[in-house]
Amino acid sequence: MSLSIENVAKRFGDHAALDGVSLEARQGEFLALLGPSGSGKTTLLRVLAGLERPDQGMVRFGGEDLLTMDARARRIGMVFQHYALFRHMSVAQNIAFGLQVRPAKTRPSRAEISDRVEGLLSLVQLEGLGGRYPAQLSGGQRQRVALARALAIEPRMLLLDEPFGALDAKVRRDLRGWLRRIHDETGLTTIFVTHDQEEAMDLADRVAILRDGRLEQVDTPEQIYEAPASAFVFDFVGDGVQAPGEVAGGVLTVEGWRTPAPVGALPGPVTMSFRGENTDMLPPHAEGVPARVISVLRRGGLSRATCEIGGRTLVLEAPQSLAAPGIEVRLAPRSYLLHPR
Amino acid sequence: MSLAPSPPFTGRPRRAWRKDSVLPGFPLALGITLTWLSLIFLLPLSALLLRPWELGLSGFWTVVTDPRVLAALRISFGAAALAATINAGLGLLIAWVLSRYTFPGRRVVDALVDLPFALPTAVAGIALTAIYAPNGPLGAPLAELGIRIAYTPLGIVLALIFVGLPFVVRTVQPVLEDLDREVEEAARTLGATPRQTAWRVVLPALAPALLTGVGLAFARAAGEYGSVIFIAGNMPLRSEIAPLLIVIKLEQFDYAGAASVGLAMLALSFTGLLLLNTLQGVLARRGRA
Amino acid sequence: MNHRPLAPAGLALIASALVALGLIVVLPLAMVFHEAFRQGAGAYLAALSEPDAWSAMRLTLLVAAISVPLNAVFGLAAAWAIAKFEFPGRSLLVTMIDLPFSISPVVSGLVWVLLFGVNGWFGPLLQELGVRVIFNVTGVVLATVLVTLPFVARELIPLMEQQGADEEIAAITLGAGPWTTFFRVTLPNVKWGLLYGVLLCNARAMGEFGAVSVVSGHIRGLTNTMPLHVEILYNEYDFVGAFAVATVLAGLALVTLILKSALEWRHAGELAATRRH
Repeated sequence: MSLSIENVAKRFGDHAALDGVSLEARQGEFLALLGPSGSGKTTLLRVLAGLERPDQGMVRFGGEDLLTMDARARRIGMVFQHYALFRHMSVAQNIAFGLQVRPAKTRPSRAEISDRVEGLLSLVQLEGLGGRYPAQLSGGQRQRVALARALAIEPRMLLLDEPFGALDAKVRRDLRGWLRRIHDETGLTTIFVTHDQEEAMDLADRVAILRDGRLEQVDTPEQIYEAPASAFVFDFVGDGVQAPGEVAGGVLTVEGWRTPAPVGALPGPVTMSFRGENTDMLPPHAEGVPARVISVLRRGGLSRATCEIGGRTLVLEAPQSLAAPGIEVRLAPRSYLLHPR
Repeated sequence: MSLAPSPPFTGRPRRAWRKDSVLPGFPLALGITLTWLSLIFLLPLSALLLRPWELGLSGFWTVVTDPRVLAALRISFGAAALAATINAGLGLLIAWVLSRYTFPGRRVVDALVDLPFALPTAVAGIALTAIYAPNGPLGAPLAELGIRIAYTPLGIVLALIFVGLPFVVRTVQPVLEDLDREVEEAARTLGATPRQTAWRVVLPALAPALLTGVGLAFARAAGEYGSVIFIAGNMPLRSEIAPLLIVIKLEQFDYAGAASVGLAMLALSFTGLLLLNTLQGVLARRGRA
Repeated sequence: MNHRPLAPAGLALIASALVALGLIVVLPLAMVFHEAFRQGAGAYLAALSEPDAWSAMRLTLLVAAISVPLNAVFGLAAAWAIAKFEFPGRSLLVTMIDLPFSISPVVSGLVWVLLFGVNGWFGPLLQELGVRVIFNVTGVVLATVLVTLPFVARELIPLMEQQGADEEIAAITLGAGPWTTFFRVTLPNVKWGLLYGVLLCNARAMGEFGAVSVVSGHIRGLTNTMPLHVEILYNEYDFVGAFAVATVLAGLALVTLILKSALEWRHAGELAATRRH
């Protein structure tokens, strides 16, 4: 079943949390909603779960209009940012909750429920911990209980809000690979919200980048990294530098450096973006954006220099001859992007 | 510095007698505290604990099993238990409304909840009596329906509801405000109806706080005097409360008898609180562990 | 705080809560004023200007003026010891300080009679010395002090625990003396919490009825506090007089509530966490 979001908008008072978002997700796709805080990504997730009613727009899932359905009828599993486990219930009771609240007609038998709970416990690798209470678990274990609880209702789609937000770095990395495996095993359409670009790029089939309630770009991680659709996306998904420039008469001028503009560049003020890994550091008489080395970090045989370009900084590898603070250099990007300013 | 091995770690750091703290004033502060507490609380309390035994064990037993005393204890504690139970419902309702909705005047309503804390009990007592007396603004219509409140045990329960209400609201409200809304939303996405969410998710989370509030309301109500004596009618065996019996015995200079009733009240109060505490402990252990 | 759109169910809940609160809490308050002015403002003012009413007010103020500062000093000392130091029996002490709250006010009066009444432990001794405690202002003060013992301490203990001892330790390492540290660092940090406790302590001190009733002997013009005077007038069927004095006490309660709410809203960060709204 595929998901189709059309022109969804949601305001909270004067603030437009979602401002006309349209997005599609294929059956079984693993989609990341990436953006800074306040970009509307959690609101979009809550609209899908039925916890927030949009002011306008359509949400269809397998041809069905989701917006006319209550959250509880949607059968969409949601894993909350702080897990929202029921503190007074054991792990097993938490997982069984969604089955036990079903009306008597559709409720599985006691034995079926306990089988299902056991199955889920082993899926999330928490065998034998069914009798524990949430307070007795580690953060990572709680996260897995929350996931098992969401999977217990046999959801048609899985939503995760900052699934690794509250965990420390090592646990995050472990759980990341594990979550991807669970997704591949269950084949569920999965949408997760994150503000961590590395997490989104590592894990997702496609990444949707939100900014101020609007979609900036929806693409595969490779495309987003290689061909960011805007200066914002470039800045958000990797380390680099952005310098203001001007295109006029087929010439690009950046920080006083003049070079032929790429074919098709429209005249006018632009932002030139390039990453340290695609840039060569050259001596001051060479062609390139003028910069100055501020500091140098030597590790092994390599030197990494922090350079200053018109008040902004970029970290890149420096040849031995230029690795000295205070020295004037030229930076020659092997590839760069121009976005209108 | 000693190089001896440190004692084995036993799970949590040992609390040390912190005489070595750089902060001054511990002896003075603790001295004032203990002296004042001994003079004002412990010494008088010891009189209450010791004086009943001047009558001997059998004498004490005779006093507290006197039908009039038994009836008074039953009325004080029975009405207190009933009022605390009613307050559990009313307090939950008011705390819920105050923490979950915004409406004009919410802050005033919130402040008014504490009025029974601030209003002297005697004032509450005469006001409630005036309202529910057979010629009062509510007493008159109720009397026509054949319901008498003032000068009956019902009046006692009513006064005790007034006295105990803020305890329940004020213990439940902060817990309700802290209760993560995500938990209720999680129940919803798992298919629970609003009623199932309330009964299976919200209420169990509130239960420990609710029990604490009910316990406080009960303890306060069981010993309440000022707001009750005006409306109670004070008929022996029917609407006479235990504190009033103490006053009566004192007026007859029966100190040992008065102390016996006082001690019995204290014992019953603590038994009640202990029961609630145990129940609460069971509930809280599941939540925190 | 949540801004949920109001569904009919929500409106019904709000309405029933307001009705319950109105019937239980607001109606008695309104009744006090209604009854006091039943025979007009003239009768009301006449009742209030009775000499016995005046002496009751004076005694109530005197009792509060003695017992509130005493319990404020106790509260500060107890909070300093309990919140800034660890010592064996600390939690037992906290429990004991709270105990007077769960004891009947009548019992809180009774214990003083057991000590100092004619048949009390120290009764004969006091008689020989010609000193009266029971049926005297001293007894009224003692009973009031016992009943209001926990108020200041239980506001300050959680607040000071929350604040920890870092600032005081910093002051000491900077060379401040003990009293300078207390007055320049600790007291400014807890002043609103202290005021909050004093406010509640004062309200109870002025309004206490049960405990005071047992020890006072209801001697008009001498040991009658305002709440006791209300009782006497009421029992004499002087309803306007009783409710007139009651309006003064009700006014006091309202002022207390207003100040208390103002503290909760303005200085929430400087009160114990349970008091923040």
